[in-house]
Amino acid sequence: MCLGIPGELIEITQNVGLIKTGKVNFGGIIKGVNLSYTPEAVVGNYLIVHVGFAISIVDETEAKKVFDYLKEIDGLELNE
Amino acid sequence: MKYLEQYRDKNLVLKLVDEIHKTTTQPWTIMEMCGGQTHSIIRYGIDKLIPNKIRLVHGPGCPVCVTPKEMIDKALDIAAQEDVIFTSFGDMLRVPGTHEDLFSIKAQGGDVRIVYSPMDAVALAEKHPDREVVFFGVGFETTAPANAMAVVAAKEKGLTNFSVLISHVLVPPAIEAILKSDRNEVQGFLAAGHVCTIMGYEEYEPLSKKYKVPIVVTGFEPVDLLQGILMTVKQLEEGRFDVENQYARSVSRQGNDPAQHVLKDVFRVIPRKWRGIGEIPMSGWGLTEKYSKYDAELKFGVIDTTAEEPADCISGEILMGHKRPNECPAFGTSCTPESPFGATMVSAEGACAAYYKYHRLT
Ligand code: SF4
Repeated sequence: MCLGIPGELIEITQNVGLIKTGKVNFGGIIKGVNLSYTPEAVVGNYLIVHVGFAISIVDETEAKKVFDYLKEIDGLELNE
Repeated sequence: MKYLEQYRDKNLVLKLVDEIHKTTTQPWTIMEMCGGQTHSIIRYGIDKLIPNKIRLVHGPGCPVCVTPKEMIDKALDIAAQEDVIFTSFGDMLRVPGTHEDLFSIKAQGGDVRIVYSPMDAVALAEKHPDREVVFFGVGFETTAPANAMAVVAAKEKGLTNFSVLISHVLVPPAIEAILKSDRNEVQGFLAAGHVCTIMGYEEYEPLSKKYKVPIVVTGFEPVDLLQGILMTVKQLEEGRFDVENQYARSVSRQGNDPAQHVLKDVFRVIPRKWRGIGEIPMSGWGLTEKYSKYDAELKFGVIDTTAEEPADCISGEILMGHKRPNECPAFGTSCTPESPFGATMVSAEGACAAYYKYHRLT
């Protein structure tokens, strides 16, 4: 139920009052998404989308950290 | 797809599994809170990859599962009325109430429609001013902002033929109910990444301190889950109990501000009954006075009933982390996804349904 899918914001379609909407590309499938909860989103951002609403902008620096951390584990093994 | 495939990479998975094996010296019981996480864990066999010493138990984080039968009965009552278009997320349609489900209402001629987003229900209300459109608003903190925005939009558009049947539940009170139980064995939690995307994780800090349990906010892909488990095990082995954030690419400590702002306007905290568990104090959201015109329960005057789970169903024990699905005598014999007895078999994200689908028979 709490499924959230990452997709790339490719267009902002409406930006009036409370309602901001855009188009998000999910690996080739394009859907209209409500951006009211990520008002600072810009084209090119990756968004986590849940029941038609973007709930967060994927933080690219944080996303990389997981892989850096895993590299670190590797590094430790090499030093053993 | 970016931010999806990388987190399913086999080499990374194996590396993390190896690290968990090296870190674990003692037996530990860890609960993942979210039904989506339960489903991933069983689907990718994560429970089989990690050391036997770590027992994973599955929490009550499937909103479809914990929606009380009484609430389903109310939905059925409303959906059966003639001038009503009843809208819902697809996964609620086959959840049985006391006698039937929304699919059977549809088969009997009721206008029951599946929507992808609550905003689709608002659009239907605009399109059919002569009909009453009702949206079944279930879910945790993740889904509540979308449901809240539908109510706000209906108000802004001046719609009088739109209402919501709200059945929202909250994660932190459920964690506390589990920790308070005298039979609790859970020593660490994987908190639900998308719930925390909305709410942040400040609320978990006093819980972690008071009950001395590590809580790690965790994502949904295999790499996320394994890293979440590793972070939890490390804390347990070192005797620490902090709130940590594995899913920082989506979750910040304070959460989503604009969403919390709307939630505060539309909802207030109330006690809620959880299917299989019973009532948990201050564990849900209902509409505030300001939006009571949009409350389908008031609009349709549906009455409160009580409905019990079948006596031999142990779903309450499962949701509290005391037992696992294959320890239930009815599992896979008299109780299956086609004819579910209890909370944890009614939705694909329920622990019993996940165990059944991926053949965790023993
Ligand atoms: S298998 Fe069925 S009867 Fe047993 S606990 Fe799960 S839902 Fe209840």
